[in-house]
This record gives sequence, C-alpha cells and structure tokens, in this order.
Amino acid sequence: MKKENVPQDLSSLGKITKEVCYATDSDGRYVTQLSDGWDVKITALDVAWQEIDGRIANAKQRVLNGEASPLLFFMELRLMDLSILADYTGFWKWQIKRHLKPGVFNKLSEKDLKKYAEAFNVKVEELKSMDVHED
Amino acid sequence: MKIDFEHGQAAHCESGVTSNLLKKISNGKITEPLAFGIGAGLFFVYVPLIKINNGPAIAFRSMPGFIFNRTCKSLGIPVIQKKFSSKEKAEAALMESLEAGQPVGAQVGVYYLSYFPKEYRFHFNAHNLIVFGKEGDNYLISDPIMEHATTLTSYELERVRFAKGALAPKGQLYYPANQTEITDDQIRSAIKSGIKKNVFNMLSIPGPFAGVSGIKYTGNKIKRWRDKLGLKTAGLYLAQLVRMQEEIGTGGGGFRYIYAAFLQQANDYLPNPVLLQASEMFTQAGDMWRTAAVQAAGIYKGRIGSQEDFNVMGNYLLEIAEIEKKAFALLKNIKW
Repeated sequence: MKKENVPQDLSSLGKITKEVCYATDSDGRYVTQLSDGWDVKITALDVAWQEIDGRIANAKQRVLNGEASPLLFFMELRLMDLSILADYTGFWKWQIKRHLKPGVFNKLSEKDLKKYAEAFNVKVEELKSMDVHED
Repeated sequence: MKIDFEHGQAAHCESGVTSNLLKKISNGKITEPLAFGIGAGLFFVYVPLIKINNGPAIAFRSMPGFIFNRTCKSLGIPVIQKKFSSKEKAEAALMESLEAGQPVGAQVGVYYLSYFPKEYRFHFNAHNLIVFGKEGDNYLISDPIMEHATTLTSYELERVRFAKGALAPKGQLYYPANQTEITDDQIRSAIKSGIKKNVFNMLSIPGPFAGVSGIKYTGNKIKRWRDKLGLKTAGLYLAQLVRMQEEIGTGGGGFRYIYAAFLQQANDYLPNPVLLQASEMFTQAGDMWRTAAVQAAGIYKGRIGSQEDFNVMGNYLLEIAEIEKKAFALLKNIKW
C-alpha cells in the first residue's frame, strides 16, 4: 500500500489515538503513516456489535419471560461465555448452567450472588434487577 | 517515580513492546519491523472447532509471547519472565523492577483496559504494554498502540494483569535480563534465524490449518459458508476475519506490510536482491488481503451476497496463499 492511500476514515478509536500503518513512500521504501481508521474495519466492528446488542436484547427478553435467570443477560452484556465466567467466579461450568435456571438462581446465597456481581462489575441489587446504569 | 524511558507508538503491541524494551541497548536499531521479523511474527492459522466471540478463530501472527522471546533469544539476550499466583506478589515484583530502573513488559487483558474505547474491549488476554513508573497511585503506561503514554490506577492495572479466561496473563511480567549493547553482528545472525523460523512456520508446519496451506484451506471453506451458515452468519464470520486481519495492531494487510518492511530493513544489514524481491511480494500479498477485506465488507454490509461473491472472496485467499508460498520459497533458498 502506498503512503497516500492509507485510509483516513474516522473511527471511534481514531478519536482517541491514530493507528500506525506501514506503507511505501515514492521510492518504494516502507515508512510509517498514521491512520484515523478504515471504513471496512469500522463496519466490521459495527456488524459484530449489532450482533452482540441483538443477543443482549434477546437474553433480556428471555429473563423477563421467566425462561432464564439474569445471569444470561449479564453474560451477554459482558461478552462472557461459560468458561470465562467460570474462571472469574470459581464456579464449575455445570454449576453456572444450573444457576441459569430462574428457580435455582432465586435460591442462591448472598455469598454466591456476590461472586457473580463482582465478575460482572455490578452490585447484587443490579444483578437481580438487570438494572445497570453506565456510560 | 519515573524511569528514563521513551514511549514509542507501534502498529502491533508485542513487536512494539519488544522494540521499545530493546531501544536503549540497541541504540534504536531494533525497529518494530525488525522485532517482528526476527521474532518470526508472521503467521496464519485457522483453528477449526474453536470459536471466538461466536465466530471463527483465525490468527494472522504467531502465538502471543512468541515475538518477544524469540527476538531476545535470537539476539542472544537472556530474558526474565515471571507469572504469579498472588496479586500482592505480582505488584511487589513490578515495583521492585521499577525501583531498579527497569521498564517492564506486561501481558494484560483488554476487556477492562480503561483507556480503550468500549467498542474495542473484548475478552482478549494477550495484549502487551510497558510499565515505566509510578506517580501516586497511577502507574505510567506505555501502550504501543497509543500515540502517547498513559496511566492506569493500581486497581485498574491489577485487574487487567489478572484478567481471566483463555490465555489468562496471570500477572505476567517480562524484560531483557542484561543491558549489554547489541552489535550489528548479533542483528545479522538474528535476522537469518528469524527468517528461517518463519519459513518453517509458513511452509512446513504439518496439517492443513496453519501457514500457507491454512490460507488455502480457509479460502476453500469461505466458498461453502453461504450455503452452510446462511448469509447473515457468513457475513458475521467474514467481519470477524477482517477484524482479525485489520483491527488494532496489524500495521495493515494482516501484518504482511510489516513483514515487507522487515525484509527491506534486513536487506540493509545483509544486502541480497532476493530479500527485496520477497518484500515486494509481501506488499502484493498485503494489498490483496485488503482487497479481500473490501470484498468481505461488501458482503457483511449486505451490498453483495451471491454465491459468486463468496467464490471471488475465497479465490482471493487462494491467490494470496500462492504468492506467500512463492515468497517464502525464495527466502528458504537464500544462500547467506
């Protein structure tokens, strides 16, 4: 890629820092050139987030329908799968699967709820109510 | 407390950390492309069966940790590398190094990295940065992705050093163990060894998933994604491929441009027309990776999406595999 062709499409990262790109100058020699971003990767990231937002909304609805415990919502919100959540909480994956059932979740001890709240970086109250306020 | 250390921005975190940690003892000679090439950073692997963020697991460079270790080893520099079971010990070891005037490389998770925009935070645990001091409760951080040095509170740094999940950093710290100056002879021999290792990784790793055969495998696989996954999921998979190729830390073209830059710089130390010829081929490969990304974007934006469009996409990868195979074959046969 030639230096003058390094794209400058402002991404959300580009507002914080420009990215270093390697590109060739008029002599064909590699130099570094700063970039604000590239439309192609901005859209790739947008597509990934639309998918995630859809999964979060879907999880919330399932919790409201009584089909799953709030853990499902927070797992989607924090982009966690069973093994990441198991690593953060110290629970086994099969335990988390049980806790995903509303009936089991409602009987969890305060201590266990705290572990989940900590992993999701919320308060126990927020964990139960799915009420998260953050920017 | 602040150590005499100069922040330098780079395209990729690990090659950036490596060249910044070696800046002083190499008099700035170990540039990011040299660290990347000597560390045999260029790679391709498609890991079937494993999914990351509900998409395919594809990497365009070698395993995290590999570049720093390999670069130092090839240059004959001993490395100190520590992991910790306790957070207290991890912080104490960090402070001890800083008090001794040693900037320290650290492996961290990206998810809780407060200075990154939210959209970029995924559970990716193999990001690298340098800690070079502490003022009050703030650690001074040189993240090679960022234009300027930044800070993290001690709590924030602890949280990213002890991120959980795949490739959990376990507080990992690393730095070159001695501060003897690096000679041009050391660089020359390290360049040869890095190229040799990279040739092996791309041409001779057994199995269909890694190296140039991995690129070919992925190209053929993409042609079947539309039927197998449906247009929407296939689009998501292609978006993931593009993110792995172009998002934070590649220098563009899936690291192919950095590698092309490395070969030019290698030619400064070991003049050989083959190095420049191979460099041009990697520029061509990088350009083609980006052309493929534009095609992929057409699909995930919903502008195009016929089977023919997927065939075109797959064929780009087959062509790239051919170019990279030829380039590495040239490098393999260099008589030093």
